[in-house]
Amino acid sequence: MNVLLDNWRPLVDGLLTTLWITLVGGVGAIVVGVLVTAARVSPVKVLSGLAFCYVQFFMNVPLLALLVLFVFALPEVGLIMPLLTTAIVVIILYEAAYVAEAVRSGINTVSLGQAEAARAIGLTFLQSLRLVVLPQALRSVVQPVGNVMIALAMNTSLAAAVGVVELTAAAQKVNLVSAQPIQVFVGAGIGYMALALAIGLSTGVVERKVAIVR
Amino acid sequence: MNRTPPIPDTAGPSPAMVDVRGINKYFGENHVLRDVNLTVAPSEVVVVLGPSGSGKSTLCRCINRLETIQSGEIYIDGQPLPTEGRALARLRSDVGMVFQSFNLFAHRSVIDNVRMGPIKVRKMAKTEATELAESLLDKVGIADKGNQFPGELSGGQQQRAAIARALAMQPKVLLFDEPTSALDPEMVSEVLDVMNSLVADGMTMVVVTHEMGFARHAADSVAFMDEGQIVEMAPPGEFFDSARSDRARAFLSKVLSH
Ligand SMILES: Nc1ncnc2c1ncn2[C@@H]1O[C@H](COP(=O)(O)OP(=O)(O)OP(=O)(O)O)[C@@H](O)[C@H]1O
Ligand SMILES: [Mg+2]
Repeated sequence: MNVLLDNWRPLVDGLLTTLWITLVGGVGAIVVGVLVTAARVSPVKVLSGLAFCYVQFFMNVPLLALLVLFVFALPEVGLIMPLLTTAIVVIILYEAAYVAEAVRSGINTVSLGQAEAARAIGLTFLQSLRLVVLPQALRSVVQPVGNVMIALAMNTSLAAAVGVVELTAAAQKVNLVSAQPIQVFVGAGIGYMALALAIGLSTGVVERKVAIVR
Repeated sequence: MNRTPPIPDTAGPSPAMVDVRGINKYFGENHVLRDVNLTVAPSEVVVVLGPSGSGKSTLCRCINRLETIQSGEIYIDGQPLPTEGRALARLRSDVGMVFQSFNLFAHRSVIDNVRMGPIKVRKMAKTEATELAESLLDKVGIADKGNQFPGELSGGQQQRAAIARALAMQPKVLLFDEPTSALDPEMVSEVLDVMNSLVADGMTMVVVTHEMGFARHAADSVAFMDEGQIVEMAPPGEFFDSARSDRARAFLSKVLSH
């Protein structure tokens, strides 16, 4: 265990970066994902078409390819962001597609009558989505969205490939110096497992908290 | 300059609260409403009867445009029903609807259900909307249920809450689509009592129902539908005792023999 203790500083920094990407990426992916879903179910054909293409695009391109593309191509067209920011933006855009699919399946569980009752009291389309349909849809997809969040947390390690020093990259650096791969990577692995467990447990808590009385 | 004289507005305001003029509705190939005309005067109660599949629900749903129509015109209090957008939402807020399956917002408390429309559509202050909602829950006899969730109420209580929600918009007309059909028999009368009190208040109502007692005693007129047409329209006494059409007589002999 010595190697972990001796190098706690870069490892903890890496872990904090991983947590930061997960947190900002997760919140961002949920916000963007819900917006994409709203567009997807809107009666405006252009919007729903764009949302469909969005989801299809990001579900069919590997995250690593997107990271590489954004990190190396954006500066070419004059858009220069800090590396970490670029990685977070890519992760948000990518995972939002999965959030959007989960939320859309939730919308399908809300009975048509709910939306009809909302329209019947004079709510506009956006109001009925915001006040009636989405709140119920989101309650029913806490579990699947939680799973997307766990996948997101694991996917943050891909940022290492474009030079972000998160937990995996930090472990790799420590290993290069110490040559103790088993201890270093098991240590990092335990970090990821703890993160996944924490997300999974909070998912359960949230799901129970927001459950609808039937 | 040459000015054309103003053209007299032939489709101008009519005294009717609901004016359905020659509407046609198709579901794909299925011609569900065929040149349907229906006028409902202020404070009039029209009960729509007819066999299953005759288009009663569809007619009801066309009146607040939950269904689109392919031809014809619908006026609410003299205003043509807009086709979409904010104008439609505004007009819909004047047309209350009570569904067979209640459709209370499952994630909101009963009082939230009732005051949501006034707050979000009418932009009423929350305290005022709450007072209104409380008085309406009291009117429908569930004043003590405001803080419960729809899932915690019996069917009859849910339907009464749904009526309160519709009333909160102070609608010009209320549409009912088989409001008691999903209820256990012992809960039917509590909902009918509320509906009767609305009739007494002078509410304009279009009611699709199989409750022949309500039709006979509360309706000003009965519209009998069959195969997408209003076949016969008459005061209830006349309709039940001496229906003119064969189809209405056949329908009545079926439902009244039960
Ligand atoms: N959403 C829909 N899509 C396709 N067809 C429909 C739809 N809703 C109704 N129909 C058809 O329209 C016709 C009229 O249906 P409607 O529900 O208005 O009848 P109804 O008189 O209300 O019958 P019931 O007494 O069974 O409620 C039926 O032939 C029905 O199959
Ligand atoms: Mg029906």
